Amino acid sequence: MPLVSFRDVQKTYRSLQGADYPALEHFSLDIEVGEFFCLLGPSGCGKTTVLKMLAGFEHPTAGQILMEGRPVAGASRDRGVVFQGDDSLYGWLTAVENVEFGLRMRRVPKAERSERAMRYLELVGLRGQEQKYPAELSGGMKQRIQIARVLANEPKMLLMDEPFAALDAQTRTLMQAELASIWQAARTTVLFITHDIDEAVTLGRRIGVMRAGPCSQVKGVVDVSLDGARSRTDDTFLRYYKLVYEMIRDEVAKSLSRAD
Amino acid sequence: MRLARRLWRTYGAYALGFASLFAFWQLASLYLVSSVLFPPPTVVFAKGLLLARNGVLLEHLAASLKRILAGFVAGSLLGVPIGLAMGSFRPVRKLLEPYTEFLRFIPSVAMITVAVIWFGIGEASKVFLIVYTTIFIVILNTAAGVSAIAPNKIRAAESLGATRGQIFVHVALPATVPYILTGMRLAMANSFTTIVAAELIAANDGLGKMLWDGRLFMLVDEIFVSLVTLGLLGFATDRLFRWSIYTFAGKYSPAT
Ligand SMILES: Nc1ncnc2c1ncn2[C@@H]1O[C@H](COP(=O)(O)OP(=O)(O)OP(=O)(O)O)[C@@H](O)[C@H]1O
Ligand SMILES: [Mg+2]
Repeated sequence: MPLVSFRDVQKTYRSLQGADYPALEHFSLDIEVGEFFCLLGPSGCGKTTVLKMLAGFEHPTAGQILMEGRPVAGASRDRGVVFQGDDSLYGWLTAVENVEFGLRMRRVPKAERSERAMRYLELVGLRGQEQKYPAELSGGMKQRIQIARVLANEPKMLLMDEPFAALDAQTRTLMQAELASIWQAARTTVLFITHDIDEAVTLGRRIGVMRAGPCSQVKGVVDVSLDGARSRTDDTFLRYYKLVYEMIRDEVAKSLSRAD
Repeated sequence: MRLARRLWRTYGAYALGFASLFAFWQLASLYLVSSVLFPPPTVVFAKGLLLARNGVLLEHLAASLKRILAGFVAGSLLGVPIGLAMGSFRPVRKLLEPYTEFLRFIPSVAMITVAVIWFGIGEASKVFLIVYTTIFIVILNTAAGVSAIAPNKIRAAESLGATRGQIFVHVALPATVPYILTGMRLAMANSFTTIVAAELIAANDGLGKMLWDGRLFMLVDEIFVSLVTLGLLGFATDRLFRWSIYTFAGKYSPAT
C-alpha cells in the first residue's frame, strides 16, 4: 500500500468575481513509503495546491486523499511542512526554541527536547547559531531552521514547497546536498515541490511532471535510477535532465501562452 | 572617549533640539511678542521651581498622573482580552463590532458631561474617561494584530501538532504583542489630552485644574508652568514606554 494516494482529486477555487477556477481535475498520484518524490511543473499549474491539500490546509472539491489508507482530515503532525517563505518561523523565539516548538507542544521534557533540538540544528549546520532570533539569520539559515524544526518533530512524511527557491545558487547547491544526505540517513518519505529540473533530478527518486493548468494532472512519472552522489556532468544525469525537460517544455509553453 | 562620543551621538542632538526650542521661546518672548501674556522660559522655570518647592505643582501633577495610570491600566487590561477575542472569533467580532465602531467615534472629550452626571466630579469620572479613551484604541490594535498574523505561522503550528488552545497561547498571543504595545502607546498619548480636558471642566486638582485657575485669576506664569509640565511629562512617559518595550519586549519588536 502506498503511504499517500491522491484518487481522482479535483480542486476548484471559488472566485469572488468572474468564473471559478478548476486548478486540478482527475489528479491521481501514489507516493511510496520512504521515497523522495519530486513534483515538477510550470508556474501556476497547481503544485502548491497539491501540497496544501495533503498537508490538510485545504480540502479537495471532489475525490480522495488517503494517507495510510485513511482520508486526510486537517493538519497533523504526521505531515511536517517546510514552507516556501520564512513567514512561518516564530520571530519571538530563538533558533533552538523554534526547533523545539513541536516537542514543547507535546510536553516532551525540557532536557530531552533541547538535546533533540540541538542534534537537528547540528545536522543542518547551525551549531553556534541556536541563541539567535530569525531576524538575525540569513535566508538560507532560516530555511535550515524550518527543516530542523520539522525533522525534530519526527513526522512520517515531509512536505516541502520550493524550500530553496529564494536562495542564491551556491547556498542552494549546498542545501540540496545536505537534504540528500539527511534523507539518505533518515529515509523519511518526502514530497518535494520545485520548478527547477536540475533540482528535481538531483534529489528525486521519482519525478512527477504536471501539466499546465487549468484542470492540471500528472503528465507522467520518471523513475530516476541514479544512486549515491549525483553529478551534474554525469551522462545519465544529463539523460534524465533531457527526458524531464522534453516532458515539461510543452507545458511551460502552454502555461505561458495562456497567461497572455 | 568612545563612551563620550556614543553619548553625544545618542543624546547630543536631543539636548541641542531642546535647547534651541527654549532659546527660540526666550527670544520670541523678549523681542517678538514682549508681553506679560507670553512669559519667557526663565520666568516660567523660576515660577515652576517655586511651585515645585511649595508642593503645589507636585500635588497637581500627582493627581493627574494617578488618574491617567489607573484608567490606562484598567483600560488596557480590559481592552487586550476583548481585542484578542474579537480578532480570533468571528461571532465575537460580529457581536461587539457595533459597540466599538459606534463608540470610538464619540470622542472622550464629548463624554465628559455624561461622566460628570454619572460619576460626579470625583476621581471616578476622570478614571472612567481615561478607560474610555484607552480601551477602544487597544481593542482595535489588538484585533488588527490578530488578523495580521501570517497564516503560515498558524499552519506550521498545526502541522507540528499544536492544539487550538496552544496555538492561541503560543502563536497568536506573542505574534500580537507588538500591536498591543503600539495601541497602548497611542492610548497613553490620548490619555493626556483627555485628562486635561476633564480637569479643565470638573476637578479640584490636577494640571488641567491648574490651567483653569490660571485663566480665572490671570496667573499667566502658572498657565505656562502647567503647559510645560504637560509637555515634559508626556515626553518622559512616552520615552519610558518605548524604553521598557525595548528592554523587556525587544524580541517582540514589529521588525520580524
Ligand atoms: N486561494 C486561491 N484562490 C483562487 N485561486 C487560487 C488560489 N490559490 C491558487 N489559485 C490558482 O490555482 C492555480 C494553481 O496555484 P498554485 O499556487 O497551486 O500553483 P503553483 O504550481 O504552486 O505555482 P508556483 O510555481 O508559481 O508556486 C493558479 O492558477 C492560481 O491562480
Ligand atoms: Mg507554489
